[in-house]
Amino acid sequence: MKLKIAHLYPDLMSIYGDRGNILALKQRALWRSIDVEIDEISMGDKANFVQYDLVFFGGGQDKEQKLVCHDLQQGKGAALKEAVEEGLSLLAICGGYQLMGEYYKTGTGDTLPGNGLFTIRTEPGQKRMIGNVVLEVGREQKQLVGFENHSGKTYLSGQTRPLGKIVHGYGNNGEDEGEGAVYKNAYGTYLHGPILPKNAWFTDMLLAGALEKKYSGITLAELDDFIEKKAHTSALMIAQKKSRR
Amino acid sequence: MFLDDETGGVGVKDTRLIAAVLAGKTISSLSRIMGLGAGSTYPGRIMRKIDPQVLAKLANTFVQGSVMVSGTNGKTTTSNMIAHILQKNNRSLTHNKSGANLITGLTTSLLPSCNLLAELQSEIGLFEVDEATAPLASSEIKPEFMLVTNFFRDQLDRYGELDYTASLIRRSLPNVRGSVLLNADDPLVANLGKDAKGKVVYYGIEDESLPLTDIVQAADVKYCVNCGELYDYRTIFYGHLGKYSCPNCGNTRPKPEIYASNLQFKNITKTAFTVITPQGKLEMTINLPGLYNVYNALGAIGCCLMLGLSLAEIKAGLESFLPAFGRMEQISFTDNQALLILVKNPTGFNEVLRTMLIDQQAKNLLICINDNYADGEDISWLWDVDFEGLLLGKNEINFVFTSGLRAGDMALRLKYAGLPQEKIILEENLKKALENTMLKLPAGENLYILSSYTAMLEMREIIQKKGYLKKYWEE
Repeated sequence: MKLKIAHLYPDLMSIYGDRGNILALKQRALWRSIDVEIDEISMGDKANFVQYDLVFFGGGQDKEQKLVCHDLQQGKGAALKEAVEEGLSLLAICGGYQLMGEYYKTGTGDTLPGNGLFTIRTEPGQKRMIGNVVLEVGREQKQLVGFENHSGKTYLSGQTRPLGKIVHGYGNNGEDEGEGAVYKNAYGTYLHGPILPKNAWFTDMLLAGALEKKYSGITLAELDDFIEKKAHTSALMIAQKKSRR
Repeated sequence: MFLDDETGGVGVKDTRLIAAVLAGKTISSLSRIMGLGAGSTYPGRIMRKIDPQVLAKLANTFVQGSVMVSGTNGKTTTSNMIAHILQKNNRSLTHNKSGANLITGLTTSLLPSCNLLAELQSEIGLFEVDEATAPLASSEIKPEFMLVTNFFRDQLDRYGELDYTASLIRRSLPNVRGSVLLNADDPLVANLGKDAKGKVVYYGIEDESLPLTDIVQAADVKYCVNCGELYDYRTIFYGHLGKYSCPNCGNTRPKPEIYASNLQFKNITKTAFTVITPQGKLEMTINLPGLYNVYNALGAIGCCLMLGLSLAEIKAGLESFLPAFGRMEQISFTDNQALLILVKNPTGFNEVLRTMLIDQQAKNLLICINDNYADGEDISWLWDVDFEGLLLGKNEINFVFTSGLRAGDMALRLKYAGLPQEKIILEENLKKALENTMLKLPAGENLYILSSYTAMLEMREIIQKKGYLKKYWEE
């Protein structure tokens, strides 16, 4: 079995430990004897997204986002949207998440157009939303823990649903209790931390979803997640404690 | 203000200033006697309430002017080096040595050198200033000289993005009366040169024989600060510090006037190098490890040259300098030696790991990570540390204990770097972690204790209570 991952703009969009997300995907696949191939795709590169099982897109600063936004508009953005419509799995964090929407207006007045994969709009905010985040995902209310740091306020509409409901922290805009976005197999979120190592259940869900397209009916073997659970629980408790202050 | 009749001169007494200083001194001694905390900042807050101009008025009376040190990494070590060199050469100075580098701390630091008439008794002001405080502090202090060390991702959760940090320093530069000393090897810092109104002096490293490092994925500056094109790095010393040029707009590392060459990393506590300055050449051996301390030494040497010290005076001062507590501290346990080292961001952590490679024994580690405000609450930076390349690939590892509030995150980082799970021992409680580490540590082997700021303070206290900590590293 083999998992093919496209890592978008690792040289530009990789802030706050985003490489940990790639490490988590890779290791959790390798520990289950699933081969992993990771292609790094950056400025000026051609990409055929249909050949991948999963696309990862990390966060970055405004300056880098501007460069990336321009590059995405040369065809890659639209191709990525089309591949997601066909069922490609995607995880986009913070700055990458903002560029997968309709537009991102920066604090300095620029409007960066996105590819509209998610029907979200990001407006400039007055204050930076910084701190630990806990959200509950789905009917089972499974928890995600992480750390957010953004001033853009993201608003959802149309067929894009929030990834979860905020328990601690700000989330998309600090107003409607929503965090992140889901459309088909594409996920967007403001969570750094990085999100995947500490939320092993979510990583496995992404892996299973990505592999499902190629190898239907697979189940992932159980792993010894003692340390993952420990880190998850302590992050949860720290977020609770700090929000009470 | 009124005419000073008693002395018969034209001197004027500023009653408001005197009141502020007296209040500051009173609060300061009260808080010391009563053992209250915040003694390094609270008096300054009250002083500024009484006379908002207290810092501006006093700082402008230093005979030799003031030196301001800012930047992300190394400002404490660098300003401690400067202070040590100056004191060794009998220059009297005012220095915010407790590391209280916000405006209230800077104000408080004036008290010990003020007499009861609010007159400064020292000739030089030396201020380590937090980046966010730099615009205000520089507008009040109007420093004669300013040193900018580097800009690294550090506690970004407090200030937002790196470009913003650079803009804070840019806004401060017009307040500098004389020269600005800039690190030529950091593109973000060197680029500030065009905003300085006085003379700009660059310092850097010129040593092509150093083992080169690849630009790591986590590097903070890869794209031209002018036009956004990918920099062409001929040499990278560490992080994003190196010899860069932009193939598009021509933005290039300025040639440094003060530079180090022939670097030799002797052992875990000693580094030798040659310094070339416009005043001549200097052979130097410092009691600190690693490339980053060579940068700190260069900054200190540059400042002392601007203050008019001779090369011989600088050498005598710098070679007798010992590191500040906790940044790198040697501890003798009954059967083992340990080094307690502060880690606070990816670049610093990488340099510590690189320095540890000088010791070729199998490694025993205790890593303590907290996420209190002073540590930086976002610990995702642990994932940007190159454990894969600098720890696992190059050392034999006996065990790693992880401890502190974020022991789980640290353990997880090592697991995903590929360290076998049985070598990772997680114990959140710092005291228990140290005790268990000592039980597991074979006699005669070294222990490395790497800690974030607040974890380091706690760990130091634990070790001190056990009676092991030598005090000679302290001032």
